Amino acid sequence: MNGIVLKTEHLTMQFGGVVAVDDLNIEIPQGHITALIGPNGAGKTTAFNVITGGYMPTNGRVVFHDKVIGENHPRSKMKKIYNGSDRTTFHHQVVNTPDKITRLGMARTFQNIRLFKELSVFENVLIAKHCRIKAGMLSATFRLNHVEERTMREQTQELLKTVGLADLAREKASSLPYGKQRRLEIARALATSPSLLLLDEPAAGMNPKETEELAQFIIDIKDSFNLTVFLIEHHMNLVMDISDKIYVLDYGKTIAMGTPKEVQNDPAVIRAYLGVEDE
Amino acid sequence: MRRSRNTVLSVISAGVFLAILYMLNMNRAGNGMLISIMQKSAIFALVAVSMNLLNGFTGLFSLGQAGFMSIGAYTTAILLIPVQSLDGVYYMNGINPGIRALKVFLSALPPWFQSVYPFMALIVGALFAAVIASIVGVAVLRLKSDYLAIATLGLSEIIRALFSSPQLDGITNGSYGLNKIPAFPKMFGGLVPPIITPFIVSAVCITLIVLLIRSSYGRAFMAIREDEIAAEAMGISLFKHKSMSFIISSFFSALAGGMLAMYMRSIEAKTFSITLTYDILLIVVIGGIGSVTGSVLGAFLVTASKEWWLRFFDQPLELFGWDVPLFRTGFRMVIFSILLMVVVLIYRRGLMGTNEFSWDRIFGRFKWKRRKVQGGGS
Repeated sequence: MNGIVLKTEHLTMQFGGVVAVDDLNIEIPQGHITALIGPNGAGKTTAFNVITGGYMPTNGRVVFHDKVIGENHPRSKMKKIYNGSDRTTFHHQVVNTPDKITRLGMARTFQNIRLFKELSVFENVLIAKHCRIKAGMLSATFRLNHVEERTMREQTQELLKTVGLADLAREKASSLPYGKQRRLEIARALATSPSLLLLDEPAAGMNPKETEELAQFIIDIKDSFNLTVFLIEHHMNLVMDISDKIYVLDYGKTIAMGTPKEVQNDPAVIRAYLGVEDE
Repeated sequence: MRRSRNTVLSVISAGVFLAILYMLNMNRAGNGMLISIMQKSAIFALVAVSMNLLNGFTGLFSLGQAGFMSIGAYTTAILLIPVQSLDGVYYMNGINPGIRALKVFLSALPPWFQSVYPFMALIVGALFAAVIASIVGVAVLRLKSDYLAIATLGLSEIIRALFSSPQLDGITNGSYGLNKIPAFPKMFGGLVPPIITPFIVSAVCITLIVLLIRSSYGRAFMAIREDEIAAEAMGISLFKHKSMSFIISSFFSALAGGMLAMYMRSIEAKTFSITLTYDILLIVVIGGIGSVTGSVLGAFLVTASKEWWLRFFDQPLELFGWDVPLFRTGFRMVIFSILLMVVVLIYRRGLMGTNEFSWDRIFGRFKWKRRKVQGGGS
């Protein structure tokens, strides 16, 4: 499994009778930009939430850098059963909270921006550095970690310069224009030093020019931070421009996968997006 | 330069405050009221700041302060009541022999131990509350907003009921309460006279809380207040940081509770009823949720106006031979409540909002006024 950063096996998420994600199998190779697309309500964000530990999957497994970070194989209760050979006896669960998964190196942004609104741009990014802190609470209170603290502040300043928000560092996060808030959210995710970055509709609500800038920005940070990117998106232009591989979801099911070209011409995808004519 | 100016100003004002305290200490005779109100304010300032750490900075709406204060107060009181007064205090039911033996043993220790013993008693009470908080926190901190408030309120009532229950007669003296608690000790071998001790202890504790708030952990608390889901996605363990904040807040509340026991000289379970929590919540809200200096300011203003400035409304008043009808005992609280409403209506987010006191702000205000005057002239 060398070179595969994230892998899901038979990932299923069921809310009562609704199967939001149905048997999702994805593989994200190191250094690629992979996209997850699909019409509204297709289960993309749910898939993200399951991967980042927000929900425990109803069935299936999430593997991150060869480490199982989420797994659930209930014994025959659910609609979709793990298709392993030992499926009648096998019962196993691995549960991780989102903060643990972030510390393992997976960072995410949110569809509806979730910044720390009342805090400054600088503090927003600085807080994300907290998850890598080595000092305990007491030594931090008595400033015994001032070297670490200074490094954190310097790195934050550096990061803000890289993403082009350095001159806004003292502004309140909620006072930034929309596009800048998106950028800040990505910067905040980067501050946790991730190896995999999950972007949930980064271009939502952006005009074509901003979207173009964003595409360049994603490619830039991918190269400079040596990242693997996994994104959900509605803007087809953005997705087709930058992704190496695309998965298409519809009603929880994976209906197509492949390179942008393959997906664009896939009849199932066209049907899902444009609908079928009544005959 | 501006920074050094601010430091100088802060040191000077702290010095002036200390000098006033020492002056009051020398002229105790006429200033008993003032001293006692300032001491109470200092103690309440510490509780308010510790409540603010939880409610204002971590965003956990907890109403358990009185419960933790009572733990601190009772522990400190039991440890400090002199051995020779024990029979007088526990005259109804007698004292638990184990506690008596412990106290007899401790009172036989050398003088250097006796001089730090009151402070150790405070810390033991605070640690005891912290342990309780860490246990209770596991269950309670899963709850959010209003539900957390109700659960902590219930917790504080449970603690109060436990302390006044007949089963604990030998320890807490049940509903009779404890008295003959020694007053504040002197510090540093008399360098700090007893009257000033609560101010020093409060100041040290508040400084520690401020240092915590300004550290990386304090920023993590604020992240949880702003957005729990985002904070968790940024790798901040909600449970760990919430219990941290809860335990530290309880620790300092209990320490202030111990000081309250020394201040009042006698305590009973009724002292720590829900109204005490509300009094502190009032201070926090008036001062500004999320502002340490606001809480300190609020503690002094609320305590002073409640206990002192408005006293004359309680006395019957005769104006030109006309007996003003409303000026009777209790009218003070009516005026106090009206004042609170006015303050809350004018300052929607408390006196300080979420801002902290800063010299720059004060100078900035002067500058702004001057500019306005110039604008009017031209």
